Amino acid sequence: MSALQKMMGWVDDRFPLTATYKAHLSEYYAPKNFNFWYFFGSLALLVLVLQIVTGIFLTMNYKPDAELAFASVEYIMRDVDWGWLIRYMHSTGASMFFVVVYLHMFRGLMYGSYRKPRELIWIFGVLIYLALMAEAFLGYLLPWGQMSFWGAQVIVNLFAAVPFIGEDLSIWIRGDYVISDATLNRFFAFHVIALPLVLLGLVVVHLVALHEVGSNNPDGVEIKKNKDPVTHIPLDGIPFHPYYTVKDIVGVIVFLMVFSAILFFGPEMGGYFLEANNFIPADPLKTPQHIAPLWYFTPFYAILRAVPPMFGSQFPGVVAMGMSIVLMFFLPWLDRGKVKSIRYRGPIYKIMLALFVVSFIGLGYLGLLPSTPLLTIAAQVFSVIYFLFFLLMPWYTSIDKTKPEPERVTG
Amino acid sequence: MSQEANGQKVDTSKRKFLIAATSAVGGVAAAGVAVPLVMSMLPSARAKAAGAPVEVDISKVEPGMLLTVEWRGKPVWVVNRTKEMLDGLSKIDSQLTDPNSEQPQQPEYCKNATRSIKPEYLVAVGICTHLGCSPSEKLKLGVDSGLGADWPGGFFCPCHGSRFDLAARVFKNVPAPTNLVIPPHQYLSDTRLLIGVDTKGA
Repeated sequence: MSALQKMMGWVDDRFPLTATYKAHLSEYYAPKNFNFWYFFGSLALLVLVLQIVTGIFLTMNYKPDAELAFASVEYIMRDVDWGWLIRYMHSTGASMFFVVVYLHMFRGLMYGSYRKPRELIWIFGVLIYLALMAEAFLGYLLPWGQMSFWGAQVIVNLFAAVPFIGEDLSIWIRGDYVISDATLNRFFAFHVIALPLVLLGLVVVHLVALHEVGSNNPDGVEIKKNKDPVTHIPLDGIPFHPYYTVKDIVGVIVFLMVFSAILFFGPEMGGYFLEANNFIPADPLKTPQHIAPLWYFTPFYAILRAVPPMFGSQFPGVVAMGMSIVLMFFLPWLDRGKVKSIRYRGPIYKIMLALFVVSFIGLGYLGLLPSTPLLTIAAQVFSVIYFLFFLLMPWYTSIDKTKPEPERVTG
Repeated sequence: MSQEANGQKVDTSKRKFLIAATSAVGGVAAAGVAVPLVMSMLPSARAKAAGAPVEVDISKVEPGMLLTVEWRGKPVWVVNRTKEMLDGLSKIDSQLTDPNSEQPQQPEYCKNATRSIKPEYLVAVGICTHLGCSPSEKLKLGVDSGLGADWPGGFFCPCHGSRFDLAARVFKNVPAPTNLVIPPHQYLSDTRLLIGVDTKGA
């Protein structure tokens, strides 16, 4: 026995190192037919690490104080060695996080990855998405620019629309009667410690649940149904390491090429990743002429604006916006289709999914624009389609003409 | 309920009771510890004290002009309305959601046609009742405002397109549900305005 083996033996008697490595990497059998869409889970993990690392280095120079915050960000950009790079990595990383997460979620929709027995993976995933939105919103206040301030003002006022307790609730969230130093300081605390802890915990349970039931695949058939009679290894499974670790590295390289191109040539992405008005310090007395949230929130913002006030309250709009996300949790039980994957679904589901994607992107586009009566009608149409995708799902998935699923995974 | 264990009877109902009681007491303790944490997020004594009233000299606000002052971190507008502006107020009642200020968005002494103490001076909190943006001043009448030939003068919220007239009353069919807030205020003299307190002490 070599010295290394001896050492491993010593560790394994005290901590399940080899067992963990086997269970999650070298003997975790993933379907052999993963395609392009299966890059985005590992890329999301990569961006999470990137955000945590760059975030740690940003806090070394950032000051969470209404008097100092804006200047400290400019200080990082101009005077700290490589500060601009770290800051742009963090701001580009935020947008790219949503890019990969949206693609990852769409993959789940296409291949029915939320269906039994993966309901909890999906629910943990939606929770991760919620935590991510909260994290992004809180972080956006920190540079203390005009968009930071007025964006936070609008979102915190959404809570004020809750009947009866709304006003007190919004004061409790702000810690003041307006967005102020107290708000900035607590948003910093939530952004750098509270929510990252929640996110990491959720990622762990997301992966533990995934590795318990095993990954879905583009055919939506369970590879655990066909095991080798002797080894009990799924016939259509291959070890995650080295096969998928190597495959994911290819994805990482392509992703980093795109990421670097944005980072070095257009970190503001023409105002979509960093808004022009946020280069003006926060002014509580003056709202910018046009305010819109960052692109990843605009679909929900458009739904909020599409609902007119009722009974002298704009709470219905807030409820609609909340429901648009809450409905995602129920997806595993709304879908009554006989098959999981879009490859074997009938035409109705394909049309509904296409309409859903069009309305989601449409809402995202409308949420960037100032509202006019005509655009509001467009947003209302898209919002209705968005909700019908979920609410009519039990009906249209059960009448849809599906093709038979294959016994084993295909190519 | 009881079980056999090592030949001895185990009273599981007693165990269950003890577990439930311990959990309940532990839960109460956890909730108790959460109280100070949650309460610490309320506005601090300093934040509350910052809500002091503001005194404004309005002698330099010419007719047709707007002055913005900060009170409790919010913009407060003081508009010196011209005779023409005041005459226009009653003509647009039918276009407004709450022309008679029925909603309690103003102190009792401002629940009148001009929503003010002195007809010419409008004092209003410049925060949209929709989602808290600060509307832009569009005091000019008609085409000059950029809001169309029939614009009677007022305020336009750039965030979601809410419109308010020169008495800070909200128009119909806009996102904002109610008129803008008129803060408590009083005149110390003809040219000195105190925002934040009224004669009742507030």
